[in-house]
Amino acid sequence: MTDELDLKAHDPIGDPGLPEHQWRPQDVDPKQEKRTERHIAGMLGAAALLFVGFCVAYFAIPIDAVVFKTGATVGWSAQNFAFGMTLGGGLLLIGIAIIQWAKKLMGDHEIVELRHAAGSEKDDIDAVLDDINAGIEESGIARRPLIRNSLLGAMAALGLPAIVLLRDMGPLPHGHTNTVWKKGMRVVNDVSGKPIKPSDLEVGQLVNAQPAVFFETDEHGQHLYHGAELHAAKAKAAAIVVRMRPEDITPSAGRANWGVDGILCYSKICTHVGCPISLWEQQTHHLLCPCHQSTFDLADNGKVIFGPAGRALPQLPISVDSEGYLVAVSDFPEIVTPSYPELARDQKKLDKKFGGNN
Amino acid sequence: MATDTYTRIEDSAAGQKLAGPVGWLDDRLGLAAAGKKNLRKVFPEHWSFMLGEIALWSFVVLLLTGVFLTLWFVPSMAEVTYRGSYAPLYGIDMSEAYATTLNISFEVRGGLLIRQIHHWAAAMFIAAMFAHMLRVYFTGAYRKPREINWLIGVGLLGLGTIAGFSGYSLPDDLLSGTGLRFVNGLVRSIPLVGSYIEFFVFGGEFPGTMIIPRLYMAHILLIPAILLGLIGAHMLLLVYHKHTQWPGPGRTNDNVVGYPMLPVYMAKAGGFFFVVFGFLALMGALIQINPVWVYGPYNPAEVTAGSQPDWYMGWVEGAVRVMPALESTFFNRTWTWSVFMPGVLLMGVLFTALGLWPFIERWITGDDREHHLLERPRNAPVRTALGAAAISVYLVFLIGGGNDIIAIKFGMSLNAITWFVRIGIIVVPIIVFMVTKRICIALQRKDNADLTHGYETGVIDRSPSGGYAERHAPLPDGDQFALTSARERLPQLESEKPAATDEGGVRNPKFRKQSLRHKAREFYFDGSVDKPTSHEMDHAAEHLEGAGEHPVAQGEDFKGISHWGVPGDHEDH
Repeated sequence: MTDELDLKAHDPIGDPGLPEHQWRPQDVDPKQEKRTERHIAGMLGAAALLFVGFCVAYFAIPIDAVVFKTGATVGWSAQNFAFGMTLGGGLLLIGIAIIQWAKKLMGDHEIVELRHAAGSEKDDIDAVLDDINAGIEESGIARRPLIRNSLLGAMAALGLPAIVLLRDMGPLPHGHTNTVWKKGMRVVNDVSGKPIKPSDLEVGQLVNAQPAVFFETDEHGQHLYHGAELHAAKAKAAAIVVRMRPEDITPSAGRANWGVDGILCYSKICTHVGCPISLWEQQTHHLLCPCHQSTFDLADNGKVIFGPAGRALPQLPISVDSEGYLVAVSDFPEIVTPSYPELARDQKKLDKKFGGNN
Repeated sequence: MATDTYTRIEDSAAGQKLAGPVGWLDDRLGLAAAGKKNLRKVFPEHWSFMLGEIALWSFVVLLLTGVFLTLWFVPSMAEVTYRGSYAPLYGIDMSEAYATTLNISFEVRGGLLIRQIHHWAAAMFIAAMFAHMLRVYFTGAYRKPREINWLIGVGLLGLGTIAGFSGYSLPDDLLSGTGLRFVNGLVRSIPLVGSYIEFFVFGGEFPGTMIIPRLYMAHILLIPAILLGLIGAHMLLLVYHKHTQWPGPGRTNDNVVGYPMLPVYMAKAGGFFFVVFGFLALMGALIQINPVWVYGPYNPAEVTAGSQPDWYMGWVEGAVRVMPALESTFFNRTWTWSVFMPGVLLMGVLFTALGLWPFIERWITGDDREHHLLERPRNAPVRTALGAAAISVYLVFLIGGGNDIIAIKFGMSLNAITWFVRIGIIVVPIIVFMVTKRICIALQRKDNADLTHGYETGVIDRSPSGGYAERHAPLPDGDQFALTSARERLPQLESEKPAATDEGGVRNPKFRKQSLRHKAREFYFDGSVDKPTSHEMDHAAEHLEGAGEHPVAQGEDFKGISHWGVPGDHEDH
């Protein structure tokens, strides 16, 4: 190293040392000190009062009482307001009082502590190495490979039950390819459960629909589907029915007879991550998913025209039954629900089943 | 202070009574030996050291309020008919989890407050961890010997996010169910094994009946236990390494200057717990959060427009939204890149990059010394610029996550916002990087100018020829020291350029690795300005000698302008 480099490495400014201690008003003026003491005690006293106020509010305020009710607004829960203000106010006062005590009255002389390297001293390292070596030596693990290897083998085998035990966390994947829709099932309004006639729909109208089976009841008047079972079925079978001008629709090969007078039925479940899609743009025939904004063109076979969805919206072929209500012709010929690894394989199976309709 | 003489605790009346029990404990636990080193441990003071404390105390508030909530919450997806006091939902079928959440909000006195404090504390916990991490990053506090504590911190941030997500999924309202549906789509997008993981996690077809009980277990037992362990390790390492400090007169790399744990920090930190708790309680009283009764029970066929995750998931949400459709088929399998890449890979890449950064930087700088003095962001321009670029990535993604809200509020085209994010996510960070780096370098030059030419005093001299010039005066010694002591000398990059062959023409086997590192060093140190040498400072002192005196007597009160530009008495510094 040259002299010049040496000079460069040298710090240009020496340490002037800690600045002189500054006295606070409380240190030099007994009146100020007393006043600060009173302030702090006052805050703590007020905190205690607020906590008592909390208890009074707990028993005195009815649970449905409301404050700040103006005009049409519902107002705030009086309990929530009173509890939060008294509890929060009291806690804040305690905190501020203690910090004021520390800052204004406690000793404020800075203390210097020296640092030590984080690593161990050489002596300690040597002593530990001696111990480790003694341990290895006495255990004889190096000399007894038979025990060592069989121990490792046993430990590795212990992992097997640990993994196998998790097997019953869930069944193997199933049910991706079918929904509850089947030939002849009526398409019903998702709120009222009423079947839909083509004449109920005007051009440009969209109706949220469900398969009729969700509204059917058994002999005891109980719904056939409820709870988790209903949710699981709905998560795949939810649909929308739209009516467009027949001349606007450009069905792809084999789909010409999937609708009734410009009425088409699509899955409501986004092919991206499964949100129910419902934002309907009448003029453009676009359906927008509110979660991640995938946009599908319902006049063009549900094709994706914007956003992250990778597949077109599956279409449900429909016709009318003898009473003139909309019914499904079959289950969805395409896989509903978001993409999953076996989708390509499963879709091929479906295609075979539906005779290569698409 | 109030009383005149202090009686030692062991001589006081109370102390003599306690001597027996305390002695009993000490005989068994060795309390004195454990307390000897730590009771008066010194902590340095700076406002930015408080950010981690906010996170710590928010976590404590989460534990306290969370225990309260478990007294009533039933994590069950079994169907019940609501018979509670919230009229709009009366008689409607819903899961028990949702019904008991409504019960906590409407029947249990104080239940709504505790629920809101819990949710606000979760948001505060994660926000404070973010802020704390940025503080540690931009001041280089993660450098040796604190790399492991940085890794623990990255783990805490990741787990905290998962804890938050598992928490807001529990009420089983329409919004949280939609969030779970998203996770379902995310999980099944994992190549090859996605459907298996999905069915194992959900215990069958979505939504099933297992996911909420399982999330509940993770939320109240598994994750908090790991968080608690990691927080303990984080604090132990903090005590072992001693806190970093800002450079200043008397504050060097070899010491730590501040106030002792007992009593000052015990009071300040302990008092701060009440401040954080109190603040969160006021938020719970005054600001509504997650009004689950408005959303209604989960129904897979419904969704509300403007569905958003909690803010800390917003950037991932944005990435998922702006990702162009990309799905491919090979080996008879579907590969859903448009969900997997932004939803799963991106987070993996982010947390890996965060964890690796201290090691990457050390590989570049080759710096093996311990660092206990914090570095001003300007003195590591590339680190600061990378950090700013990362923040800009986060913010641009966040815009993507709120594209629908922005489109409605500002009357803009949703598709245009999405395209802005798609392009901006590449362009904006590059611009932010370049601009930040130049600002840092400019500030370094400004520091050097203040050191070698003095600060502007505000005193204008008129020369005999009629010209005006502002008088400069040297910075106070303490400031000069603070500006220079933590600044690293720049390496001599030209002299260390690796050669492909040595003088004898023998091929250098490590040439490729060396030149890669050399290029990284050139990138890292590019444009940085070195601090002045002793020689330059001597020169400056000579040049500025006598500059503090004024040729014309001023009033007795006049003491020029401080180097902060404030007129007045700069002896105060």
